[in-house]
Amino acid sequence: MKILTEHIEVPGIETIDVYRKHGGYQAVEKALKKMTPDEVTEEVKKSGLRGRGGAGFPVGMKWSFLAKPEGVPRYLVCNADESEPGTFKDHYLMWKSPHTLIEGMIVSSFALGANTSYIYVRGELMYVIHILEKAIQEAYDKGLLGKNILGSGYDLDLYVQSGGGAYICGEETALLESLEGKRGNPRNKPPFPAVKGLWQCPTVVNNVESIAATSWIVNNGGDAYAQIGVGRSTGTKLISASGHIRKPGVYEIPLGITVEDFIYSDEWCGGIREGHKLKAVVAGGSSVPILPAEMILTTATGEKRLMTYESLSDGGFATGTMLGSGGFIVMDETTCIVHNTLTFARFYHHESCGQCSPCREGTGWMDKVIKRIELGQGRKEDIDLLVDVAKKIEGNTICPLGDAAAWPVSAAIRHFRDEFEWHIEHPELATQPGAVYMRPGASWSN
Amino acid sequence: MKVTIDNITLEVEPGTTIMQAARMIGPEIAPPAMCYYEPLKGTGGKCRGCLVKVTAGSEKDPRPMPKLVPSCITTVQDGMIVENTINEQVLETRKGIVEFLLLNHPLDCPVCDQAGECHLQDFSFEHGVSSTRTVEDRNTFEPVDLGPYIKLNMNRCILCYRCVYAADQLTEGRVHGVMHRGDHAEISTYIEKAIDNDFSGNIIDVCPVGALTDRTYRFKSRVWFSKPEEAHCDCDKCSGKVTLWYRGDEVIRVTGRKNEWGEVKEFICNTCRFERKKTSDWVIEGPTKIARHSVISANKYGANLINPSFPIKQAALAYKPIDDDRDRSFLPARKSLPSSEKK
Repeated sequence: MKILTEHIEVPGIETIDVYRKHGGYQAVEKALKKMTPDEVTEEVKKSGLRGRGGAGFPVGMKWSFLAKPEGVPRYLVCNADESEPGTFKDHYLMWKSPHTLIEGMIVSSFALGANTSYIYVRGELMYVIHILEKAIQEAYDKGLLGKNILGSGYDLDLYVQSGGGAYICGEETALLESLEGKRGNPRNKPPFPAVKGLWQCPTVVNNVESIAATSWIVNNGGDAYAQIGVGRSTGTKLISASGHIRKPGVYEIPLGITVEDFIYSDEWCGGIREGHKLKAVVAGGSSVPILPAEMILTTATGEKRLMTYESLSDGGFATGTMLGSGGFIVMDETTCIVHNTLTFARFYHHESCGQCSPCREGTGWMDKVIKRIELGQGRKEDIDLLVDVAKKIEGNTICPLGDAAAWPVSAAIRHFRDEFEWHIEHPELATQPGAVYMRPGASWSN
Repeated sequence: MKVTIDNITLEVEPGTTIMQAARMIGPEIAPPAMCYYEPLKGTGGKCRGCLVKVTAGSEKDPRPMPKLVPSCITTVQDGMIVENTINEQVLETRKGIVEFLLLNHPLDCPVCDQAGECHLQDFSFEHGVSSTRTVEDRNTFEPVDLGPYIKLNMNRCILCYRCVYAADQLTEGRVHGVMHRGDHAEISTYIEKAIDNDFSGNIIDVCPVGALTDRTYRFKSRVWFSKPEEAHCDCDKCSGKVTLWYRGDEVIRVTGRKNEWGEVKEFICNTCRFERKKTSDWVIEGPTKIARHSVISANKYGANLINPSFPIKQAALAYKPIDDDRDRSFLPARKSLPSSEKK
């Protein structure tokens, strides 16, 4: 079942003519001519579509929170600042099929009553910005954007804004600050963007994938979308699979397939690379907790783990993780978890905005301590120190970057403490190139 | 609106923040503020030193808030119950915040001009731990002169953004701001430009630490050796209400008048601050009141000391004896609290 990537390999799908030939912009016609904004919102609510950016908040509910005072403009902002290590799905979608996003933007803006909308694209993806701008121009030429779209009386201006290369600008309020032309510091909440967002006006910020999915929902109805998937995890999800698998890439999966299927089936990742074994998986982009092989395949209760929001987070952080933004990083037994954690910690150290003290100082501290452990200069107390620092960052910061920095470190220690201890106890072995600790009796070590 | 902070209930206006309500009770209940500065709009929420636990959101919705909330920017709801000094989680988190702030802050208090009136010193004295767990090198920066009057020592900066807000709101055309990200972020002017305008000196007053110091006062004295006097003059630029800091009969420093929270309500101009350093320039009003626990009160006696106002009476009113009938006869006889005496 493919929704977003059905026609993505069609040559020329990035042009509006080919896109329309394959059923493109039908949702715009249907929504603008036959539906009211509230009906569109209702369909999205019925679909159970959840935010694809990481938090998994229901899109329809987010839309219904939007304040609608008289005489105040409302905005829709598409968060295309995809910078999470391991996640590259939005990039793929915008690059291959920009009109899918633009169609979703028109439909969603119509539902929210926004007459100006923005796509905030990560600064490093300059060529994607050019592709989007070209596609938007095509849409303007065909009367799908601008004044009086398709004679429905609805006006929409769509702009693309390039980010400056900061991970933090993917946080919705930092994104809005950056869009306003200021330093990308997250705002204190409340007030939430739905009340005071862009230029102090009500704003909805949604991920590329969530917005793109709305046009299919309008075409086929929310109930049809809700039938795909399991329970409260409805629809399909783009997963960026990377790491030690045979076929890395972006896959659109119906939510609800098993993790085992996803890793080993030839339809998706195609299994671990030749002659190696699965050691650990980071299931939703670098900020979610890492899980060792046996925990990612089955839950604590012994059931097979599914690719859904609920099943992946089953058992809390003790034995579970999160679906997050769908950055599925697979590691085989040649991966050193300490080194991997250092890479993540260094990233968050570099990307912390420096506004609130726990994150600013804590990320740097964790980075330095893990680096010492990796270089064979660790102390016994460092492991507990890391756990304590992570605990003191988590939940005490302005935005979720603090949590995102703390979770991978505390999870790595929770599940791979022996590996950290080995680094500290045997620095002469651990610092040798390519040396990786093998846990005796674990499924990945022989 | 009714709000209960640490078992003390008081009535406040709608729109009051938890911090403001706590300050109404007294300094012992008020959470520490490193970045929040009442006279400047938009400050607060950054240092996380004032995090408190809300155990009941409001009368209507008495669920506790899941995370600790910054008291300086969270407004009070009717019937809210807040725990500050009596909550373990809050105190533990505050220990962590002190540790984080001191991670890259040099412990050069003996040579720092701010020592004695430094908010970070007070904060770490009240809430920190005496030992350190870090062995890492600190991030260091070179001290910079921001024009003839102000010295920037970025090593000491805790990135509270107060000076940025002060420059935004008091002066026209702010020329300094925060550059870079994370723990390598720094306060800087555009290509080391001098800060030059009539109210720039106020960024020294708002700085909670010794990152921005007065170059005309640098290394002249320790604050507790000098004697503050309230004074005013007829100034065409500002209110002219200042505090003069005397060593002997010499004015060694002029600052704005700070209230008990270390906040300047009436900002002064650079002429008053840096150039009027003779007693003859001023009309003396009398000695400044100093909180007794402040180190500035050292060697000063008399009526200008403010005694601690710990609301022991209020606390006693809320005091409930523990209801159990264990034998306490072995305990020495204890004076009963005022409230139980009355009853």
